Amino acid sequence: MVACYEASPTDADTDLLFHALADPTRRDIVRRSLHADHSVSELAGRYSMSFAAVQKHVAILERAQLVTKRHHGRERIVCGRIETARKVNRLLDELEDIWRVRMQRFGEVLLSDETDSAPTHLDHQPDHQPDNQQGDPR
Amino acid sequence: MSITDARKDAATCTLTVTSEWPAAVEKVWQLWADPRKLERWWGPPVYPATVTQHELQSGGTVRYFMTGPEGDQHHGYWLVGDVAAPHRFTFVDGFADAEGNTNDDLPTTSAVVELTALDDGHTRMVMTTTFASVAAMEQLVAMGMEDGLKEAMGQIQAILAED
Repeated sequence: MVACYEASPTDADTDLLFHALADPTRRDIVRRSLHADHSVSELAGRYSMSFAAVQKHVAILERAQLVTKRHHGRERIVCGRIETARKVNRLLDELEDIWRVRMQRFGEVLLSDETDSAPTHLDHQPDHQPDNQQGDPR
Repeated sequence: MSITDARKDAATCTLTVTSEWPAAVEKVWQLWADPRKLERWWGPPVYPATVTQHELQSGGTVRYFMTGPEGDQHHGYWLVGDVAAPHRFTFVDGFADAEGNTNDDLPTTSAVVELTALDDGHTRMVMTTTFASVAAMEQLVAMGMEDGLKEAMGQIQAILAED
């Protein structure tokens, strides 16, 4: 957690994305449209709501850049925006890295309790000395 | 490596990390429930965490700050949701100012921690973190968490190499 507030995206973008992903139907539409293109009427058939309601959901996703719409004859086809999805995946990868490292420390604290020593290797067999030192593991 | 699975769901901005530990559930729970233990692993070595308030109970608040290499302090808080010790709790992690006031301009992260006893006496921990939006994830990554943690990784590798 390092302050670098200039890097923040615009509040408007954040609001759009937050709002777009806050609804379970819209999340489902994003998921489906990333796997394959669907027409709005196809999507409407999947949910117990009106065509107009589904259309509204798609419009909200479009504004958040999570899907695009194109015309195919009389149909409007909804496609997932792969670049947005890739960006999400890249970010999730980075956040996963953060958790992996954090879990490594977690294991060190858990096992150092049993060894009364500074961080030890996770495979280190605990010995039976009492834990009389709550020293800084760093 | 103690992490057994990591799942990412781009549609919901959710990261689920599953890990297994050679210790009983109560003991693993203590790493969350004991503030002195929590601060030993929550922050990276270059931004160690100091927990100043710790109420791991439904509706409770945990406050902490991380101290950077320049002595700079970065405050954060958890709003604790449901707690079923020692098996499950939920919290929202956010940023705060030095006085402890929550900073609502910065993104929060919702987390669920679940501990389950395995047959061999070990414990499975499932951490589910949900980010408010793509923009929020981007912001958290951009805020340098990763830099601090990459340094942390180097330090840990150095420690492991001493064995």
